[in-house]
Amino acid sequence: MSLEEKKQQIIDDFSLYEEWLDKYEYLIELGKALEPFPEEKKTEDRLIKGCQSRVWLDSEMQDGKIFFTADSDAIITKGIISLLISVYSGRTPEEIAADDFGFVAEIGLKENLSPTRANGLVSMIETIKKTAENGR
Amino acid sequence: MAMSVSEIRKQFPILSRTVYGKPLVYLDNAATAQRPQAVADLWQKLSLEENANIHRAVHHLAAQATDAYEGARDAVKEFLNAASREEIVFTSGATAAINLVAFSFGEAFVHEGDEVIVSTAEHHSNIVPWQMLCQRKKAELKVLDIRENGVLAVEDLEKMISQRTKIVCISHISNVLGLVNPVREIVQKSHEFGVPVLIDGAQGIVHESVDVQALDCDFYAFSGHKLYAATGTGVLYGKKKWLDAMPPYMGGGEMIATVSFNGTTYAPLPEKFEAGTQHFNGAPTLVPAMELASAMRTDKAVQQEQEAIFEYVYTKLMDDDRIVLYGTEKSAKIPLFSFAVKGAHHEDLALILDKMGIALRSGQMCAEPLMDRLGVTGLLRASFAPYNTLQEAEYFIQCLDKAINMLV
Repeated sequence: MSLEEKKQQIIDDFSLYEEWLDKYEYLIELGKALEPFPEEKKTEDRLIKGCQSRVWLDSEMQDGKIFFTADSDAIITKGIISLLISVYSGRTPEEIAADDFGFVAEIGLKENLSPTRANGLVSMIETIKKTAENGR
Repeated sequence: MAMSVSEIRKQFPILSRTVYGKPLVYLDNAATAQRPQAVADLWQKLSLEENANIHRAVHHLAAQATDAYEGARDAVKEFLNAASREEIVFTSGATAAINLVAFSFGEAFVHEGDEVIVSTAEHHSNIVPWQMLCQRKKAELKVLDIRENGVLAVEDLEKMISQRTKIVCISHISNVLGLVNPVREIVQKSHEFGVPVLIDGAQGIVHESVDVQALDCDFYAFSGHKLYAATGTGVLYGKKKWLDAMPPYMGGGEMIATVSFNGTTYAPLPEKFEAGTQHFNGAPTLVPAMELASAMRTDKAVQQEQEAIFEYVYTKLMDDDRIVLYGTEKSAKIPLFSFAVKGAHHEDLALILDKMGIALRSGQMCAEPLMDRLGVTGLLRASFAPYNTLQEAEYFIQCLDKAINMLV
């Protein structure tokens, strides 16, 4: 699935739920379904700064594409990072760097998080962008 | 005058609003209480009809503003039963009041090798100013621990106090544990060794009627905003003998007697500690706020509702295997509940409860050392006020159950 298609799929998924509580359920499911993240990778340098809960992000380059793995001690935050990496994992650095991350605004995620968590979301996006910049 | 909780609620307009289409259930009262109409009305009247700077000018408005401000000081003196109005210093809040003492008392009385005692259950506001003082003076900060049920280990205090102890700084009620500390006993014990005591009354002033002479504490600090008054208001009570012996905290207008480049003399108490333009539109709002606080505290209907809320929430949280409540000593507990849910992050719970219309606090609650002591990264806190109802408490417990089921 192309980057655009994947983003559209998430926008469509989100629009199925009218209530934010249901959207949280969806994020919680995503969080629970995220692949296990090895304990030894939960290091200070993989920790995303600016989140109230702890979020770790790791990346690996394979055949010119960046593959992300992540974890968090809070499940909704884990759902959010899971959502982000499902869109951006397996893309080229150029693709990620050129993206405007506008779909996050389109699903209203940032506006519906507490200010501290919204900052956390911004930090997650910044880290993904930076990883792409470094990989170019 | 007897009141009912529903009548009291009408005095707080915000309580009838909705969030996300659901009725607001405000359980973050330990962070800040809501404002009653009387406080907002007074603020508006002072700002729009009687605004003038206090103490200096001779015109009519200035006299009126000064009367309102100094009248508030008299009212605070009565509220705390202080010995004199000179012992009441207006500050921007409890934090500013404690910083004032940490600086000025510290300048006069704390020297290299001296000791300051705080407890492990203090808010950062009653830790960091003392830490800063100790760094500045090369003094030592000693920490009084808590027992398993959250109660302060007061029996250790005597052993901790030494010849070098200069001040003991303890909260009246912990903002996390919700337990009333035995402050009278702490003051007595400390005084036996000639050591003064500062009480951080940020939470205490809301729940307890405070008589500083009966308590015999040397300093008592509180914020107006937790007591229904305007934000940015606050009070430091200090015994005159200490305030007289302490140098000013800030220099500027209002706090001086004469100024020349050869030397400046300071104003008498309490102006000595009130440099610069004061919060003269705000401080008078303490008057209707304190009146309402006292009326609510002594009202039978409110007391009954508060007891019902306490019994209900305490029992529900204690009996639920999924939940760990901190600060469990029932005889000392107020309706302030900090707890963890096994397998669920406090932030997730707060986020879900928010969408159900419930405002409560999650995280470290400005008490990181206590979180470390309890071995948690953060907690969820529901803190009730006299305008909360049993119905709200029941809704909270129902929603909490739903939220836990979503997460665990």
